[in-house]
Amino acid sequence: MIQSDSSPAVTDDLELVSLARRGDPDAFPELVNRYQGKIYRLARHITQNEEDAEDVLQEAFLKAFAHLDQFQGTARFYTWLVRIAVNESLMKLRHRKADKTVSLDAPVETDEDLVIRDIAAWGENPEQQYGRAEMNEILTRTINSLPASFRAVFWMRDVEELSTEDTAQALNLSIPAVKSRLLRARLQLRDKLNRYFRKQGDHGDQSPVHV
Amino acid sequence: MATNRQFTCKHLLRELTDYLDGSLDAGMRVQLEAHLAKCPNCWVVCDTTKKTIQVYKGVDPYPLPEDVKGRLMKALQRRAGQAGQA
Repeated sequence: MIQSDSSPAVTDDLELVSLARRGDPDAFPELVNRYQGKIYRLARHITQNEEDAEDVLQEAFLKAFAHLDQFQGTARFYTWLVRIAVNESLMKLRHRKADKTVSLDAPVETDEDLVIRDIAAWGENPEQQYGRAEMNEILTRTINSLPASFRAVFWMRDVEELSTEDTAQALNLSIPAVKSRLLRARLQLRDKLNRYFRKQGDHGDQSPVHV
Repeated sequence: MATNRQFTCKHLLRELTDYLDGSLDAGMRVQLEAHLAKCPNCWVVCDTTKKTIQVYKGVDPYPLPEDVKGRLMKALQRRAGQAGQA
């Protein structure tokens, strides 16, 4: 197997899985090519560590390859892969933090999460206020300041554009839990980004609003 | 933030995620948009939350390095080779 540059004409993931199970040497590498970037990014976001993310990437694909027979085909292949990668990422976090309680379904919400403290308008195109490298740095630092479960949900829903249902399945969370974390993640990021993107001279309304 | 009798700022925050995802039912959406038109603070919260999502869509903070890609392929080749010998 494994010629990473090969590009089978098959476009459907399930068909590629089926071909890989039957021993087609090009099928699994095609799946790797499709999803390695997304899995790496997700692992970086959860683990916040370059080496751990590479380990997660390898483990996720090696496990998927070894357990292709267990893939039911009732979920999308990508969702199944994400679930493996999330589990591997959490194991890394637990190991690194020597904290056996790290999980994505621990209750993390408090009423404080839903307090809007700073209401200031932003310019029309906030991304144009900074150079590309600086923008990357601001956004990375900001998202890294969120709890792991918020980072994962925000990244999967809003950036990778997975459905609420697929995100819930991959993270082993209920649909209301995904929605609740997504709202809190979005509001926290918004709040933290205010200082970079608010219009010049707009100091906003500083009176806290509780929900 | 202002409030009105039907739809308050608290309602807006509760419905904001579904609204931004386009999954809010039509009746609720009309109420929410009527509130947005009257409440400048909620309008700003909604607009800046939308922009928060947009700015993240435009970046790739962690591009997959070529050497990481290469090592992944090698690891898979080794595993496939082992499976072939077994």
